[in-house]
Amino acid sequence: MTQRISVVENILNANDQLAEQNRLLLNRNGVFSLNFMASPGAGKTSLVERTIIGLQNQFRLAVVDGDIATSLDADRAAAAGATAIQINTGGECHLDAVMLHNALGKLHLDVLDLLIVENVGNLVCPASFQLGTHKSILIASVPEGDDKPYKYPGMYSGVEALVINKIDLLPYVTFDMDYFQKGVETLNPGVVTFPLSCRTGEGLDHWLAWVKEQVTYAKF
Amino acid sequence: MHELPVTENILEIALRHADKANARHVKTIYLVIGQLASIVDDSVQFYWDIVAKDTIAEGAILNFKRLPATLQCQVCSLRFSPDQDDFSCPDCNSSNIKVVSGDEFYLEAIDIE
Repeated sequence: MTQRISVVENILNANDQLAEQNRLLLNRNGVFSLNFMASPGAGKTSLVERTIIGLQNQFRLAVVDGDIATSLDADRAAAAGATAIQINTGGECHLDAVMLHNALGKLHLDVLDLLIVENVGNLVCPASFQLGTHKSILIASVPEGDDKPYKYPGMYSGVEALVINKIDLLPYVTFDMDYFQKGVETLNPGVVTFPLSCRTGEGLDHWLAWVKEQVTYAKF
Repeated sequence: MHELPVTENILEIALRHADKANARHVKTIYLVIGQLASIVDDSVQFYWDIVAKDTIAEGAILNFKRLPATLQCQVCSLRFSPDQDDFSCPDCNSSNIKVVSGDEFYLEAIDIE
């Protein structure tokens, strides 16, 4: 005889619980952490480099880099002056809490102030997997087009700050900033936004000041 | 692409509850997926046939219940489901909108024998 059993259990529950453990581990060690998410080529690694160079005199930094293959990104972060751990996901399209947990085990968390996690380039899946980091940052870029908030609502609605990279290219590409911002405002009202260019350095001072404030006044 | 680990989680949850109820066989699995949760039914079904093999859930039917997203206009309080790429209020045209629901993704129930 068939019997129905009520379950009502969140399918990503196991990941979320481990994410909570990651958060507690970071808190215990007083490490503030950012999760960088973006499409491939938006400038995640460039912003990692700029952030390391801009803040390494003030904070002790480390970077965890997620990619399907290669250690190119971790090499760039290390060259910029930070401790860097590469996670190769071997095909998975996002980092999850287990992968970050393993990477945290390889870091000396007690001597760190700021950890930047660079997620796999993807505007869909990383939004569904909590890592336990303190703030999620989305890096949009002008050449991607102004319709991205409308096409990737899950990503745009779940972040605490939005960087708009490559603004030096605004004169050369079709990108209606008002239309873009309208979509952002709908999905994530009041989200703090940083238009900047990692290439020219324009606007980076606002971003660095914000990160500095977050790390300095983090409550664990 | 992340439907593989997701499908493994579905199996783990279903088997755990079936085991608790001393089930011999899991016949149907009822999943609830919000419009804003990026899960592809066909892909979950594809992986399901692989991961559930040789378990008591092998051959179980996956039942997908899709929930539309609900948005609420912060100006006139109207609740509505969004069109494809227009998230503004259909009544007063405001774009001051809050997402009320649509990112659900849970296992609601299982049928067992």
